[in-house]
Amino acid sequence: MPQRGDIIDTMASLALFADLSRPQLEAAAHTFEEEWFNQGQRILRQGFSGSNFYVILQGEVAVQINGETRATLGRGDFFGEVSVLLGQPPTADVVALRDLQCIALAGPDVESFLVAYPRVMFRMLQAQARRLQSANLWRS
Amino acid sequence: MAELTGRPFPPGRYPLVVVGSGPGGLQVSYWLRRLGVEHAVLSSDPEPGGMFLQYPLFQRLNTWSKPYATPERGTRSYDWYDWNSLVGDEPAHCSLVLEFMDGTSYFPARREMAAALGAFAKRAGISVRYGCRWEATLRESEGFVLVTNDGEYTSPLVIFAVGMAQPWKPDIPGMELVPHYVATQPARAYAGKRVFVIGKRNSGFEVADALLPWARQIVLGSPRPPVISVLSGGAGVRAKYLVPYEDHIIGGGVFILDVTIERIERAGENWRVVTSGQKTGPRTFTVDEVIAATGFGTPLRDLPSIGVTTFSQGRLPRQTPLWESATVPGIYFAGAITQGAIGLRKFGHPGNSAAVAGFRHNGRVLAEHLAHTYFNVAHPHRALRADEVVPYLLAEATRGSELWNQQGYLARLVTFDAERGCVDDGIIPLPAFVDAPGPDAVAIAVETDPNGDHHPTAYIRREGRVSEHAIPTDPLLNFETDRHEKELSEVLKGLL
Repeated sequence: MPQRGDIIDTMASLALFADLSRPQLEAAAHTFEEEWFNQGQRILRQGFSGSNFYVILQGEVAVQINGETRATLGRGDFFGEVSVLLGQPPTADVVALRDLQCIALAGPDVESFLVAYPRVMFRMLQAQARRLQSANLWRS
Repeated sequence: MAELTGRPFPPGRYPLVVVGSGPGGLQVSYWLRRLGVEHAVLSSDPEPGGMFLQYPLFQRLNTWSKPYATPERGTRSYDWYDWNSLVGDEPAHCSLVLEFMDGTSYFPARREMAAALGAFAKRAGISVRYGCRWEATLRESEGFVLVTNDGEYTSPLVIFAVGMAQPWKPDIPGMELVPHYVATQPARAYAGKRVFVIGKRNSGFEVADALLPWARQIVLGSPRPPVISVLSGGAGVRAKYLVPYEDHIIGGGVFILDVTIERIERAGENWRVVTSGQKTGPRTFTVDEVIAATGFGTPLRDLPSIGVTTFSQGRLPRQTPLWESATVPGIYFAGAITQGAIGLRKFGHPGNSAAVAGFRHNGRVLAEHLAHTYFNVAHPHRALRADEVVPYLLAEATRGSELWNQQGYLARLVTFDAERGCVDDGIIPLPAFVDAPGPDAVAIAVETDPNGDHHPTAYIRREGRVSEHAIPTDPLLNFETDRHEKELSEVLKGLL
């Protein structure tokens, strides 16, 4: 049976949380809820309000726009942040490609979390910059 | 044999078996009986009531049953003001908790709740084989074999309504020495003592509230900040338990700290609680008593060994939107365990399936789903004229207890079908609607936005795609107005 410590260990191995000390990780871990999704289940729904922020601990998801897969995300990746930060419904569905274990942070709590953990915010910005870079490369 | 012994449901083969006689088991059995689904109900307890035979420890629930409210007692609308009574379709089965309350509080006492559950079982004629303890489970080609102290029960379908009843403690060194909430002594036993309560959810605050007149100092410590219902939009620690929180705010001898518990040690007559926290740093508390208010898990026994997967450190089974095990078809859950089936979680709001108020409605939906899926019982439905649809949906959003008790989780479904016309297809969990194919339809729910405003939301499926339409709120939460009719009619244009 997985213990809370296992989730904290997994978080510690992810780039997003790599700069946090153990006490910070412990506190951060308890801010999130563990959630499981079954294969085929939608986690984010295109056009629906009220998104949350998700970090994948195990499993894989497809990012789909109007049913067409645009990207896949796996362990350590995160999603939902754009919708939460902009306060707008997501422009894509995110669907579990197989059983998925995530940690989730309620949308309204994301701002205070990022302010409390600026190193996580920096890591998130880095990841966003990489996504932007690869999107630009793809376009060119 | 049943008649000879006076106990129903002797061991054998049944089309469906329900395990549990708390509110979850009683509620689902009630609706299965109304639908004519043959089933057995087994319980290790001596009488109905489930965990209300013992808890809450300090005797009063934290959920209201209001003796007087705008709707008539015994109606569906009234159920929103009475969160503790099970729901039924005859006046004699409805609002029963009120009958047993003595008027000193609108939070029923534990014994009042237990008495009402007993009365519900008796009046509705719910048969239970009491004293029959489920001990082991086998998975066979014909379904499941439940091994009990009375013998074996075979069934292709089992509903486990065994509650979140198993004391649970996190895996922390020394925690095994600490008494769990369930072993808390009468409050006066803590007179003049320093008490460290591990946990900041309802049970932690319940203990702190009870000890306020007795304890010298109370520390509530755990990693996560408390979630207070009046600040979070409904989830979390109920207002009834906020006196310790206020005491903390004004510096009155209660301390609510966000700390990680590293370990717990005995030190002679005292305890040492070794903690670390971002604000507090490393800190050791020397206290007279420690109580682990760390919650409960589901007594799943050997279900994981036959493939039932769990989460939340094994405390809850993973489930589908209609409360079936995500990994073992044929195993379903009712009662508080259904909180493991997450809804849309918009803005992080969970459903209310952890409480009787919420899961009593899940019980009816589950019974109807099983009756339709496995027993060829037609799903209850009602034809509507096209001009009835909008007023009906708004009436449901204003007064439907299912939608209010299970905000953002359960919805009223009306289907538009070329052959059947407009049909009220009952109540459905939102994920079972928005993520499933089907005919054109609308499901209306009540939701709460981040500003705390309650409002109806219509989910509309046209040609297989579901869109979301938030309808504005109303200061008095009356959505049966011309303005709301106009707005909902507009979004349903082309379907009616």
